[in-house]
Amino acid sequence: MTESLVRALVEMQEDEALRRAKELLDQGSDPMTVLEACSSAMEEVGERFEKGEYFLPHLMMAGEMLRQISEMIKPMVRESRSGVGRGRVLIGTVKGDIHDIGKNIVVFLLEANGFEVRDIGIDQPAEKFVEAIREFRPRVVGMSGLLTLAFDSMKKTVQTIEEAGLRNEVRIMIGGGQITEKVREYTGADAWGPDAIAGLKLVRQWTERTA
Amino acid sequence: MKARFVEVSPSAGEKQEERFNLWLKGEGIPFVDDGAKAAYQERVALLKDAIQLRKPPARVPVCPSAGFFPMQYAGITMLDAMYDYRALGKAWEVYHKDMAPDAYNSPTTIVPGRVLDILDLKLYQWPGHGVSEEREYQYVEDEYMKAEEYQDLIDDPTAFFINVYFPRVFGSLKPLTTFPLLPPVNEIPLVPPMAMPFGAENMKAAMDSLKTAGEEALRWRGAVKEIGERIMGGGYPAFSGGFTKAPFDVIGDSLRGTKAVMLDMFRRQDELKEACERLIPSMIKCAVAACRASGHIMPFIPLHKGADGFMSQEQFSTFYWPSLRKLIVGLIDEGLVPQLFAEGGYNSRLEIISDVPKGKVVWWFDRTDMKRAKETVGQAACLAGNVPLDLLCTGTPDEVIDYCRELIDVAGRDGGFILSSGAGIQGSKPENIKAMIDFSKEYGVYH
Repeated sequence: MTESLVRALVEMQEDEALRRAKELLDQGSDPMTVLEACSSAMEEVGERFEKGEYFLPHLMMAGEMLRQISEMIKPMVRESRSGVGRGRVLIGTVKGDIHDIGKNIVVFLLEANGFEVRDIGIDQPAEKFVEAIREFRPRVVGMSGLLTLAFDSMKKTVQTIEEAGLRNEVRIMIGGGQITEKVREYTGADAWGPDAIAGLKLVRQWTERTA
Repeated sequence: MKARFVEVSPSAGEKQEERFNLWLKGEGIPFVDDGAKAAYQERVALLKDAIQLRKPPARVPVCPSAGFFPMQYAGITMLDAMYDYRALGKAWEVYHKDMAPDAYNSPTTIVPGRVLDILDLKLYQWPGHGVSEEREYQYVEDEYMKAEEYQDLIDDPTAFFINVYFPRVFGSLKPLTTFPLLPPVNEIPLVPPMAMPFGAENMKAAMDSLKTAGEEALRWRGAVKEIGERIMGGGYPAFSGGFTKAPFDVIGDSLRGTKAVMLDMFRRQDELKEACERLIPSMIKCAVAACRASGHIMPFIPLHKGADGFMSQEQFSTFYWPSLRKLIVGLIDEGLVPQLFAEGGYNSRLEIISDVPKGKVVWWFDRTDMKRAKETVGQAACLAGNVPLDLLCTGTPDEVIDYCRELIDVAGRDGGFILSSGAGIQGSKPENIKAMIDFSKEYGVYH
């Protein structure tokens, strides 16, 4: 029943996907079934991205379709499913940098995969990361930054987390325009990723291992 | 309508020679002595030989992108540089004097803060205005053009910019929504309605802010010109002399924003393509005018949204490349050498972007495999690049030297290569910049 919805989502046919989702809901399908169909479509989209068949625009479009379908469903379910079971991720763009597109895609992918994400936004000083770690208790901390000035901010943030005695409680990943293994080494983060899917993979790996 | 900007015109080669000669002469540059003039001309010759691909230059020209590095190096903040033109000039001179790259990077990207203040620019945040004093200005992503406005842009780009875009991106220019539509003003009854908007109090205030901003921009230009004369007078040609952008980036960066333009590639395919086409002539004219004013041959063209990962190969060939190629051809027709700065990775685009006339373009790469670039694009165009920023920021001089040696061996083989940084060098360790320049000048000699 949901096959045509999955296909439309995977093939980036927005109008068709929305029409099909609405149809299913109007016909009395369980909203959770529709959401599950969306999840499996997102998985396929992610796989195509990894294979190099899909690119950022496809992730953006997938996110946009998912957002619209979630909005259709929201009034129908009292509580949307929460990702507590899969683990918590804290994410933010480091001090001095106001770019957020890459970060937002990582957030979208993590949420679509059932993780509970707290996004503290852009231009966040080290202290804010520490504060949020204390409050939110994430397993993973993601730091984003596009500019070279982010290297030092990331390094400082890792240090501050360490000084706060929280370093052993979290795994830290970094990502953004000029980030490489060399930068990871410089900042003291645990890992880095060249794209959003790599971020998702790291989080999966870490939450499975430590769960 | 006739097809334009598809084939290079027969006179393009001749025009390029003329422009090279003009640049080489360096008329109007106050050289400190004959030695400085000779050094200037030698450096132009290095770049000319590298670009034209006829013979290897005497050595690999070394021209990193200064970016915001000179401020950091001189110990001044970005705020100082954007508001105190004397401090800017000093930082610029110290950087060029100490590092001695083969070309001078004009500080025209260090825009005057007061002009932005007066016009109340919304597109960016700058030091003291959203970002802290020591930070560089940064772009604010938003949908400055709405999805349903594509047709208005296509109908009349100029009117769209004046009536819709400017009021959104300049807080002080909101009254331009009432700026008259010009083509109808060609008959006597249409003269009074044309004049009316300019009598309104708010429009007068907007015109005043333009006047004040213009005066400040002129003061800044005077200062920048002096800085240029002092540095060029010491024997260093400018690396570029104008600025333009790929039509897709005009829309993707500054009109629709990254997310929206990506969705438009699915939702508004025809309008997006037509809008890109529509912007080509303006983007050509903008670079031609700037190069004419500066006597330079290379307009700088930073490329953003076409990088690896930002779109599929099919989307690149459909939405990004056709209008960019026409821009390139249009500039070559004017005798100019487009300096295409492909920031990020361009590994998946190398074959398609090789389709440019030989010896008339510079392709400047960042995180692209230079060996493959040499085998593909390098057959048709001069390559520039690509000492990576992670290395310059966190590596050691020895590591930088190792990288430069291999880069010159691979990309510099038989000429057609300008050694540069992968991006603006802000954040780099000064000793790494020095190592990159000194080593490459020596190692890059062709025998």
